[in-house]
Amino acid sequence: MTWVLVMPIAVPFATAVIVYLARNYPAGRWISLAGSVLTLVASGVLMAAVLDQGVIAAQMSNWDAPFGITLVSDYLSAVMVVITAITGLATAIYALGEIPEETESLGFYALFQVLIAGVTGAFLTGDLFNLYVWFEVMLIASFSLLVIGGGKDRLDAGIKYVALNLVSTLIFLSGIGLLYGITGTLNLADLRGAVETVENQGLVTVIAMMFMVGFGVKAAVFPLFFWLPASYHTPYFAISAVFAGLLTKVGVYALMRMFTLVFVGDVGFTHEILIWVSALTMFTGVIGAAAQTDFRKILSFHIISQIGYMTLGLALFTPLALMGGVFYLVHHIIVKANLFFVAGLAKQYAGHTDLNRIGGLYKSSPLLAALFIIPAFSLAGFPPLSGFWAKYLIVKASLEIDAWFIAFVALLVGLLTIFSMTKIWGMAFWKPHPDGIDPTPDHAPAYVTRAMLVPISGLAAMTIIIGFFPEPFVQFAETAAMQLLDPVDYVTTVLGVQP
Amino acid sequence: MEALTAIVIGVLTAGAVYLMLARNFMRFLFGLILLSNAANLTIFASGRMTKGAPALVPYGEETPVGVVGNALPQALVLTAIVIGFGLLAFTLALAFEAYRRMDRIDTDEMRFAEPKEDTNK
Amino acid sequence: MNSIIFTAAARILVALLFVFSLFMLLRGHHLPGGGFIGGLIGAVSFIVYSLARGPAEARQALRMSPEAIAAIGLGIALLSGMVSFFMGDPLFTGQWYWVGGDSYETAAFSINSVLIFDVGVYLVVLGGILSLTYAFEEET
Repeated sequence: MTWVLVMPIAVPFATAVIVYLARNYPAGRWISLAGSVLTLVASGVLMAAVLDQGVIAAQMSNWDAPFGITLVSDYLSAVMVVITAITGLATAIYALGEIPEETESLGFYALFQVLIAGVTGAFLTGDLFNLYVWFEVMLIASFSLLVIGGGKDRLDAGIKYVALNLVSTLIFLSGIGLLYGITGTLNLADLRGAVETVENQGLVTVIAMMFMVGFGVKAAVFPLFFWLPASYHTPYFAISAVFAGLLTKVGVYALMRMFTLVFVGDVGFTHEILIWVSALTMFTGVIGAAAQTDFRKILSFHIISQIGYMTLGLALFTPLALMGGVFYLVHHIIVKANLFFVAGLAKQYAGHTDLNRIGGLYKSSPLLAALFIIPAFSLAGFPPLSGFWAKYLIVKASLEIDAWFIAFVALLVGLLTIFSMTKIWGMAFWKPHPDGIDPTPDHAPAYVTRAMLVPISGLAAMTIIIGFFPEPFVQFAETAAMQLLDPVDYVTTVLGVQP
Repeated sequence: MEALTAIVIGVLTAGAVYLMLARNFMRFLFGLILLSNAANLTIFASGRMTKGAPALVPYGEETPVGVVGNALPQALVLTAIVIGFGLLAFTLALAFEAYRRMDRIDTDEMRFAEPKEDTNK
Repeated sequence: MNSIIFTAAARILVALLFVFSLFMLLRGHHLPGGGFIGGLIGAVSFIVYSLARGPAEARQALRMSPEAIAAIGLGIALLSGMVSFFMGDPLFTGQWYWVGGDSYETAAFSINSVLIFDVGVYLVVLGGILSLTYAFEEET
């Protein structure tokens, strides 16, 4: 059983080692691509095992839980691992076109693979301290990727990103220390029982809030998101796509895990805060986006507003809401990464990302325009694309518990999202180019365009497939939500005994 | 012993917050180092302080003899220190590189990623 | 650094520190020591060398880029974890082969995957720290 859980982490790590040693050769990028394909295969095997057997767990080094490091995968973990591998593969293909050779020889692909390994590890671990370690693996790789090949703007963005993420990490770490102090265990499954028996439940709530702040910074929720729009628009497009798709979602995943498995003692308090945080996150994000005129800055603010929907799914804490949250998580990774990919290709064609300085893309490249429309409308929640079902589930869940105001905010934010997307559409695709030139695909070498179009079309196809055939995905999300709300399977599989 | 550690953690955190409120990035970094040490001490203290009881198994024994300290927080702290060391070293390198390229260390003046809007438009 | 005393002493110090780092590495697991602390001491020995002779010469003495050493170390550590996998144990379970006995007290020495893992850690720490310090020294 072990290897099924280990391979999705070990393959990218091994790829990183080989790719680093081959960083000065053209073969390096192909090894990276092969590694990403293998990672996808490994995560597919994991998914098959989870679908077949339910929750699976493995103890590293033969140390039984709760003493050793546990890797565990339920439905949510499995789908996150698969989607990570898909995004990783898409980015690996996209990077073939975008990343220059100088950056490759700095070890770009090795760092990228370490990032994927870190994200996957964070999704699979069943131990709180191990989660911290994976966060760090992910962070150190993301720090380097953010500033790699950098000019002044990247260093500037890097400083802000690094500073705020380190603070959140330290809050998370202190929370781990205090939680260990009152429960004496760090295994997530074991913590569920241990937290219930703590006498001073107020202390548990305080620690829960430390975790909420720590993960909240990573997830970029309302008062803690300032690092995100300050940094996500500077790195290579491949990198901002993988950051936008995956990194904030690790924070959301950690929130989902901790606030369904461990901190459920005072739902009336913690989850109530989360509801308002989510509403404000949705709203400020979309308002921030409305004020921007840069392709990537608009998308960055939209990450924030969409994060609100996912945390809302967690905060409402009903089966339907969590199901919507899980569905939203998966849908959003695909769509958001794809939009950043499109932004990169638009820059290749038109020469800039500032919407005031580009235009005429529809005329010169109808294909790109079509490929932009799909994820953009999916993001805004148009039927029959994947975003419609995601938003539908969340709104329905909030109406079900008579949270009219929240449902209204969710719908309003959807409307404002359309406003931003039509702004991009109008300024980048519809209006003529301000310099009077015709942005042609000829600017970019053919291999660049091809490498970029493949992942964009692939992810767009996935959006459409999820949109037209949502039943299996919704059913999957439903099972995942059930496992989150009633984690008996999770606890028994990890600890090997009835709790 | 716990009370003393708690006070030390409090002082470190207070100093860290004071330093981190500065605009100078180096001061911020020093604050971060203090905060990282405060977090490490929190983990260390959470394993309960046991005086004169190292978490070691004597030579030739299979199991520890008498009172032993809790080894797990010490292992956690070691890991946290190592990771913290790596991250802070990276941040220092980043700060140095940023200073060299941008020629400034005041975070308020770092406006390259988000230049001030041209309000005349 | 232009001190003759330091340059002369460095020659002996570097060798001593490096041998000591290997000693710490091999001593690990059963006694205080191990890959991490060994790697740190090993890195110190090369840092002393670079202070005495300059980072360019220290890089030459290392023969490989420190980052490559760290990457190789990571690979070795991974592989040592995989060994137990072929023995049918969960990943990273220590595999022990005792020479001339069957336990720590009776055997002359042992061949084990834990030491290989430690060698990997040693290389990662050595490479990681040297890449940082060399970068700093070359900038100033």
